[in-house]
Amino acid sequence: MSFMNWIDERFPATKVWKEHLSEYYAPKNFNFWYFFGSLALLVLVIQILTGVWLAMNYKPDAELAFASVEYIMRDVDWGWLIRYMHSTGASAFFIVVYLHMFRGLIYGSYRKPRELLWIIGVIIYVAMMATAFMGYLLPWGQMSYWGAQVIVNLFAAVPVVGEDLSVWVRGDYVISDATLNRFFAFHFLLPFILAALVFVHIVALHKVGSNNPDGVEIKKGPKGNRWSETAPADGIPFHPYYSVKDIVGVGVFLMLFAAVIFFAPEMNGFFIEAPNFEPANPLKTPAHIAPVWYFTPFYAMLRAVPPMFGSQFPGVVVMFGAIIMFFLLPWLDRSPVKSIRYKGMLTKVWIAIFVVSFVVLGWLGVQSATPAKTLLAQIFTGLYFLFFFLMPWYSKIDKTKPVPERVTK
Amino acid sequence: MKKLIIAFLMAAASSLAWSSEGPKLDKANVDLTDQASLQRGAKLFVNYCQGCHSLQFQRYQRMADDIGLTYDEVKQNLMFAGGKIGDTMGTSLDKTAAADWFGAPPPDLSVITRARGVDYIYTYLRSFYQDEKRPFGVNNMVFPDVGMPHVMAELQGVQKAKFSGEGSHKVFEGFELAKPGKMSAEEFDGAMRDLTAFLTYVGEPIQVKRQALGIYVLLFLALFTVLAYLMKKEYWKDVH
Repeated sequence: MSFMNWIDERFPATKVWKEHLSEYYAPKNFNFWYFFGSLALLVLVIQILTGVWLAMNYKPDAELAFASVEYIMRDVDWGWLIRYMHSTGASAFFIVVYLHMFRGLIYGSYRKPRELLWIIGVIIYVAMMATAFMGYLLPWGQMSYWGAQVIVNLFAAVPVVGEDLSVWVRGDYVISDATLNRFFAFHFLLPFILAALVFVHIVALHKVGSNNPDGVEIKKGPKGNRWSETAPADGIPFHPYYSVKDIVGVGVFLMLFAAVIFFAPEMNGFFIEAPNFEPANPLKTPAHIAPVWYFTPFYAMLRAVPPMFGSQFPGVVVMFGAIIMFFLLPWLDRSPVKSIRYKGMLTKVWIAIFVVSFVVLGWLGVQSATPAKTLLAQIFTGLYFLFFFLMPWYSKIDKTKPVPERVTK
Repeated sequence: MKKLIIAFLMAAASSLAWSSEGPKLDKANVDLTDQASLQRGAKLFVNYCQGCHSLQFQRYQRMADDIGLTYDEVKQNLMFAGGKIGDTMGTSLDKTAAADWFGAPPPDLSVITRARGVDYIYTYLRSFYQDEKRPFGVNNMVFPDVGMPHVMAELQGVQKAKFSGEGSHKVFEGFELAKPGKMSAEEFDGAMRDLTAFLTYVGEPIQVKRQALGIYVLLFLALFTVLAYLMKKEYWKDVH
């Protein structure tokens, strides 16, 4: 104990442990949806560790990159496992983060006083997308190359400065060795910024306290529980109760994760696309270019918007607008209640429309465009935005149920 | 609403059509645990393919270890150009000259089954047919106007494609053997299955071991999860 005293006089180790783990009181009624925050953190750690080890043998060079990935797959001891953990981890990261965001959406975790917490989360999501996009170029396969070509060309659609901007991003007039080098540099850097943002996200969370499926503020309820006189009566210490609970979630998650890694690492072309087993060839455009599944809803929106005045810029605006909407969410919701449990039918229908739109757009994004599919994409892009635009109206007039004083169950 | 449903159905229907587009592929049904099959495939590869196509990521040594051959067997029977057992399986074809002869240099085949699909390769190898309009007198049903000659004509023989209909309505009906080769149709299919199996193995040499290992990993994780659940239940007695 004297050793801990020595430390604590110089660094607040015990204080931090108590404030953020053993004496951080979380609502006792967390359900299934509350596993995904800790799982997202786990996947971030997996991605950083496997990524650093991949970087030990990966060569960010247009001549060597493709071969270095195969070298990792064949000649590096356990290289195949590290690589599949990383490629599967990328998709897993988006799955758990989408579910984590959906949790926030249905239980109103973005509402006052958690607006900043939510916004930091959306910034994390944007940083994740940038990281994933740049990482996808690194294997230097056909889909890596042409996917990056399509997306970086979007910058060229910006009026006036577009062309210069896209050249500035690529470092060249086409995707090339220069692009590969800078994307590798940023792909290595961004995860550490991501980790810092996650730290800020958790600091913000622990300032305002966790929301819960009832959307009841436990800090405003009665005080006193078996661990503390002053803590919220409906709170339990995060450690050990939620730490042991999250470990169960980790076990289930790792089983699914391992099932993909060991039995279906390509996930039928959704996690690793077949054209990416052909080395990048700037002279040969693949018949069908589609981003990886986690970007396809936004890609479908991009394609849904017809060029106006000979420019693709409106489509680009819509695509980025779809992400910007998340930032505005805390101020669009005017409902007197937070959780979907006490919201009315109208809100539930709109959330369902939003989910269906997102999934259908995701499906459309992997398909090649046809007139019927473009029409569908336009309809669902419209519905996606209406979910946000109409929220101030429907959330206000929706018939809500009375919220209980205390958390239920 | 009606319009929406129609659009939806049309999109769904056309996506089905899209997935069935192109020639129908035959099922390869390769068995990567059948080492005799992989060995026959390796022999076919070095005899018929390696003259033009490399396996630049595959080492002879790794192949020997994985498909059950000794290093001496590999050196004596499968390494015609000499070299060391740790070398990768290159080709002695000159890339620049090859580009002149075939229009494009023959691609490396290390990960071809992963890029194109196992069934595609199996069907491709068996789908060469006589076509006098092509430089080598053959065309391929799954890879139209392919630059490659029918290297295994001596084994398969020469087949003609039968079509019904005319012009753009031409429908492929099947193959007809015009000149028999050294192998019967069944023997040739079996040989191409072996070759496809070998290329599938080369596409990802670890895959058989990966799946075997996966079972143990999942068993461990299942045990871990059960114990974690019991631990959680024990702790949460305080809460409930």
